[in-house]
Amino acid sequence: MKAKVHVTLKTGVLDPQGKAIGHALESLGFEGVGEVRQGKVIELDLAETDPDKARTQVGAMCEKLLANTVIENYDIDLEG
Amino acid sequence: MRTAVIVFPGSNCDRDAQVALHAAFGAPPAMVWHRETDLPPLDLIVLPGGFSYGDYLRSGAMAAQSPVLRALREQAERGVLVLGICNGFQVLTEAGLLPGVLMRNAGLKFVCRDVGLVVENTESPFTRGYARGQAVTIPVAHHDGNYYADDATLDRLEGEGRVAFRYAPHDNPNGSARDIAGILNERGNVLGMMPHPERAVDKLHCGVDGQAVFTGLVEALAA
Repeated sequence: MKAKVHVTLKTGVLDPQGKAIGHALESLGFEGVGEVRQGKVIELDLAETDPDKARTQVGAMCEKLLANTVIENYDIDLEG
Repeated sequence: MRTAVIVFPGSNCDRDAQVALHAAFGAPPAMVWHRETDLPPLDLIVLPGGFSYGDYLRSGAMAAQSPVLRALREQAERGVLVLGICNGFQVLTEAGLLPGVLMRNAGLKFVCRDVGLVVENTESPFTRGYARGQAVTIPVAHHDGNYYADDATLDRLEGEGRVAFRYAPHDNPNGSARDIAGILNERGNVLGMMPHPERAVDKLHCGVDGQAVFTGLVEALAA
């Protein structure tokens, strides 16, 4: 099965890159854009077919490597 | 005294660290490749600056999982001195040997220049060569040097005298919390700092304000 991990900055952690993107959107003429936060998406192809086991496995990967939980949250989507 | 410099793919200050250690200790350090699973008995380990593993995922994140880091962690737990410079500081935070994290510079740009620092702690083996409150100038060169930790951690670091170096007032190059440039672990045997003392040990370039880190370490280890 496939897993998609969304890594985002925790609320309250300053995101200067998100701010710069927001300014760029504004200067391109896009109106009404509030706060912009930048994160990353990591796609994994897993041998595991049991969703519960896959979620546990990917959760451990996030805790150990994929996210730095001092500043980042993660969210796991499983497909197929 | 036995010293070593850990070399990762993408390290680029390993040779500078080698030269600085050789000059201070009178003998060359062992240069240890990141795939090594064992370290010889050592007194001091340096994690050098650079871009280990191309800064993939997060600066220092891959290096923190490398085989040699397990051996380094064991030595650090036994009290062996560990100095992480720039990328080495990032590796130490990612490995959980130091608290907090080094985020993208607040100005988003890579900053490469001399900065003013204030020495805050002179009790540690890394900073005993300086006077308390001494102002020094040491170069920085980084993209991710913006130190961040929650307020409780920052209060604790300050309360326990674990802030070793601060950027001089109005000379914070990266937005680092409370102007922190370098911190110690709880035991005081691990120091991480963003500025490059190994680039300031020769009068011909960048001055010699970094030299006291290495001469202080020689004194500490001889004591």
